[in-house]
Amino acid sequence: MIFADDQPAANEHGRIGYVLRRLHIDPLLLALILAVLALGCIVLYSASGMDNGFMYRQSIKIAVAFSVLLAVAQISPAWMRRVSPWIFGAGLVLLVLVLITGDVGGGAQRWLDVGVRFQPSEIMKLALPAALAWLLHDRSLPPSLALIATTIIMILTPTAMVALQPDLGTAILIGLTGATIIFLAGIGKRYIFSAIALIAAALPVMWYFVMHDYQKRRVLTLFDPEKDPLGAGYHIIQSKIAIGSGGIFGKGWLNGSQGQLEFLPERSTDFIFAVIGEEFGLLGVAVLMLLYLAIVARGFYIAATAQDTFSRLLAGSISFTFFFYVFVNTAMVTGLIPVVGVPLPLISAGGTSLVTLMAGFGILMSIQTHRRLLPR
Amino acid sequence: MSQRPQIKDHWQEQRLTTGRIIACCIMALMLTGLVVTQLIKLQVSGYEYYSAQSQGNRIRVKPVPPPRGLIYDRNGNILAENLPTWQLVITAEQLDDVGDTVERLSEKGLVAAEDIEKTIQLVQSRRRFEPVTIRQQLSDTDVARFAVVQPYFPGVEIRAGLARNYPNGNIASHALGYMGAMNTEDKERLDAAAYAGTSYIGKIALERSYEEELHGRPGHNDTLVNAHGRVIQILQSEMSVPGKDLTLTIDLPAQQAAEKALEGNRGAVVAMDPNNGEVLVFASGPAFDPNSFTGGISTTEYRALQNDNNQPLFNRGLRGRYPPGSTIKPILGLAALRHNTVTPGHKMFCRGYYSLPGKTHRYRDWKPEGHGMIDLREAVSQSCDTYFYELAVDLGIDNIEAALRDFGLGEVTGIDIGGESKGLVPGKAWKKANFRKPGDQVWFPGETVITGIGQGYLLATPLQLAEATAILASRGQRFQPILVKSIHDPISNETTEQPHIQKDNLEGIDPRLWDTAIDSMAAVIYGERGTARAVGKGAPYRIAGKSGTAQVFSVPQDEEYDEEEIAERMRDHALFIAFAPIENPKIAVAVVVENGRSGSSVAGPIARRVIDAYLAESANTQASTGVVE
Repeated sequence: MIFADDQPAANEHGRIGYVLRRLHIDPLLLALILAVLALGCIVLYSASGMDNGFMYRQSIKIAVAFSVLLAVAQISPAWMRRVSPWIFGAGLVLLVLVLITGDVGGGAQRWLDVGVRFQPSEIMKLALPAALAWLLHDRSLPPSLALIATTIIMILTPTAMVALQPDLGTAILIGLTGATIIFLAGIGKRYIFSAIALIAAALPVMWYFVMHDYQKRRVLTLFDPEKDPLGAGYHIIQSKIAIGSGGIFGKGWLNGSQGQLEFLPERSTDFIFAVIGEEFGLLGVAVLMLLYLAIVARGFYIAATAQDTFSRLLAGSISFTFFFYVFVNTAMVTGLIPVVGVPLPLISAGGTSLVTLMAGFGILMSIQTHRRLLPR
Repeated sequence: MSQRPQIKDHWQEQRLTTGRIIACCIMALMLTGLVVTQLIKLQVSGYEYYSAQSQGNRIRVKPVPPPRGLIYDRNGNILAENLPTWQLVITAEQLDDVGDTVERLSEKGLVAAEDIEKTIQLVQSRRRFEPVTIRQQLSDTDVARFAVVQPYFPGVEIRAGLARNYPNGNIASHALGYMGAMNTEDKERLDAAAYAGTSYIGKIALERSYEEELHGRPGHNDTLVNAHGRVIQILQSEMSVPGKDLTLTIDLPAQQAAEKALEGNRGAVVAMDPNNGEVLVFASGPAFDPNSFTGGISTTEYRALQNDNNQPLFNRGLRGRYPPGSTIKPILGLAALRHNTVTPGHKMFCRGYYSLPGKTHRYRDWKPEGHGMIDLREAVSQSCDTYFYELAVDLGIDNIEAALRDFGLGEVTGIDIGGESKGLVPGKAWKKANFRKPGDQVWFPGETVITGIGQGYLLATPLQLAEATAILASRGQRFQPILVKSIHDPISNETTEQPHIQKDNLEGIDPRLWDTAIDSMAAVIYGERGTARAVGKGAPYRIAGKSGTAQVFSVPQDEEYDEEEIAERMRDHALFIAFAPIENPKIAVAVVVENGRSGSSVAGPIARRVIDAYLAESANTQASTGVVE
C-alpha cells in the first residue's frame, strides 16, 4: 500500500479522507507517525518513572510539533522553493549571531534567546537541503563540476559554523543532509568514490588535530567499555545490559529493571531505545524498526513520484536524513558506534528535534498533497 | 535566471533520481540489517549473559570519592584535614527543572539568593546522571530544615561527605591555598573518571600544585538493590585510594609568630633554611580564611574579599614586587670586593650627598649631615647611602646586574607553587627592550646611582629576598625554595622525601670576602652605630641583618582611596633581611611591611620574633628528641 498511488481513490475515503485532503495531510504517513509517537509515549511513561507531569509537558511539545507539521503542509512546494534561499540566508545570519552572542548551554553556544530559546542549527537541518534543491531545481542533472563546487561551499559554510559552536554531531548531520542532495542529484560515480577516499584520508587528520580528548575517549571506549566504567563506558555497558536482558519478548512494560532502577543514564532522552529493548524485547524493537522503515519508504515513494526536481531532491533528502537519525541513535545505543548526542526520532523526550522532524514531515506531506495542483 | 547548457530532460532526470533513491533504500536496508544483527547478538545470543548481569546482580555502581590527602607542618601539626559534613546534593536527571528546584531551595534558605545562577550553572555543567554537591557543610539547622521539606524535592538529597578544613584558619593560607568548585576549565583539564563523585578541587597554591598527589583515586561501590531500588547490600566494592599526605617544610610556631607580628599590616614574611632551601615561614598579610571557600563561598563574601583595599587574596610573598632598598647593600658590597673596586679597609668621606663627576645634582643620604669617614663595614651597618652611590658608579650597572642575578633576583625562584613573579633587575639590555623612545633606551649614569641603594627600577619579591638572604647566610650555596618536605602514601605507608634542589652555587669567592660581607651585616645588629641594634637585644644567638626603607612613588591608580589612605600608602615600605645564628645559619628571613616607614624599627622586630620562634623551638626539639635519634 505504501507504493500504491492512492490519489484517484481518495474520494472513497469518505469525510475523514476529505478533511485530511483539504488539510494537505497524507493519511498513510500520518498513521505511521502517530503509531511511532504513541509507542514513544508508552515508553516515555515507563522511562520517566510514571511521571504524569512529565507526560503532560511532553504531550504539549507533541501538540506544538503537530501544529508545525500542519502549518508547513499548507505551504505549496513552489512557494517553498521561492523562499528557501532567503530562509537559508537568514539561517546563516542566525548562526553568526549564535557564535557572537549565543547562550552557553552545557559548555557550548548553541542557543539563541529571542523570547524563546532555540537552536539555529535546527533550522539549518531543513534550510540547507531546501536551498540546495532550489539551486539544482532548474539546472540540468547530473550537475556540472562548477555547480558541485557551489553546492559544496553552501554545505560547508553552515557545517563549519555549527562545528565551531562547538557541536560536531549536528555539524556532521547537517553536512550529511547536503551530501544526500548531491547524491540524489545524480553526480557521477567517480565523484562519489573520490569523496569517500577524501573522507577516509581526513579521518586520521580529524583524530590527531580536530577531536577533543573526550571525543577520542568516547571512540576508544567503544572498543573496551569496561576500561572506563565510571566515565564514558558506563553508558554503553548499562545500555547493552538493558537491551540484552530484554531477550526476545522483553521484561514487560514498566518492568525493565535497568531503566526503572535508574541504572540507565539518559533513559528518557538519548538512550530510550535501550528501554524499549529491555521492556519489549527483540519483537518490540523489530516492530519499531519496521515502523521507521515504513516511514522512510513512504518518504522515498513521495520523492520518487514528486513532479519537479526541487520536490524530488528535498523529499529524498528529508527521508534519508530521517533514516540516518534512526540509524545513528540505534547504532550508538547498541554499542556499534561511539556515543554522540543524537536523540531517537519521534520518541526521545524533548521538543527541539521533534519540531524539526515534524516540519520535515510537513514538507513531505505538502509535496505529496499539492501534486494535483501543479501543472503537469 | 540561469543559462542552461543543455535542454532539461525531465524524464531522464526523474529516472536518475529514482535510481539514486533506490540506492538510498538499499543503503538504509543494509544499515538496518547491521543494527538488527547487533540486536540479535545482544538479545538472543547474549541474552543469558546480559540477563544474569541485570537480574542476578542488580548492581548499582556509585563512585566513591577518595579522601583528600592531609597536610602537616614540618613538626607533624595538622594544617589541612577533612571533616565529616552534611552536603546538599542534586542529581539533575531526577528532577524536572533545575532552575525551579534551585529557586525553591533558595526560598527555603538553603541556597543564598545571589548564588542561584551560579548553582544552576554548576549543576548544568555536569553530566545529568551525576550527583553534584551544591553546598558543603550544611549546619544542623539546615539539615533539619531540609528534612521537613525533602518530599517536595525529588532529586535533591543530603549526603554525608568530607569537607576540607583548615584548623588554623588564616595561618599559612597563602601557602596552602583553598578548595573550590570545579569549573568548565578544570573539567577540560582533568580526567572525568578520576574526578567522578568529586565536586571540589584545589584552586591555588599547594592545594592546586599538589592536586594530583592530594586527590587520590575514586573507588566504586557496587551495591545490590531490590526491585524498588533500595540498597540491600554493598557488594564487593573497590575502595577509593586516598590522596597522599604532604608534610610541609613550614614550621607552624614560626609561621604563627610571623602572622601575629604582621597582623594589621600589609606585607609578607618568608623564611628559609639556608642549608637546603626548605621554606620555614611563608606569610602574606592580610591573609584569608580558606575555610570560607570550602563551604562554597558566597558571592557576597567573595566580592568583599576581592574588593577589599588591602587585597587579602593577593599573595604578597610570591607576587608582591617591592624595591628592595638598602637590603641589597651587603650583596653590592660583596660584588665591589670581588671586583676590587673597594677593599675591606677602604674609606671614603660622606658629606651627606653624592654628585656624579661634573654634575651638580645631589643624591642625598638619609643622614643630611653625612657619616664622615666611613668604610664598607660601617657603610652597611649605618646604611650610608653616599658610600653606595659611589660604590655603584665605580662598579658599573653591568656588574651590579650580574651580582643581583647571582643572588636570584630577576628570576623566579622555582618554588613549588605557581604564579610567582620574577621581580625586575634592570640593565642596559632591559632598558633597550622596554622603552619606546630611543632617547629613553639608553642607560643613564644617574640610574646606576639609585640602583646602588635598591631604588629605581629594581623590584624583588619577599620570596626572592629570602632566597638572596639564604645565599648570603650559606656563603654562596643556592637552593630552590621548596614547601613540601615529604609525601606520605597512606596505602603503602611509604614516605618519599622531596629532594633538595641545588642550583649553581656561587663559586670562586674568597672566604675572606664572605667574612667581610657577613661581618658588616652583624654590625647592623651589634655595631656601635648599627641601624638595628634593638633587633639583637637579649638574643641567645648572634643575628646578622640589614634594614631597608624603600620609597613609594605612586599609589596604584585603579583603586579608590580617600586622602588619608593615599597619605598612608605613600609612606615608605619597611624591609628587613636577617639570618641566624651567624656561625651556623639555620634560618634566613625576609620581611616586607608595606608603608611601614622604618625597616629597622618595624620590619626588624618581626624578623626577630620569627627567628626566636624557630630557633627556640628547634633547640627544644633537639633536646627532647636527641635521645630517640
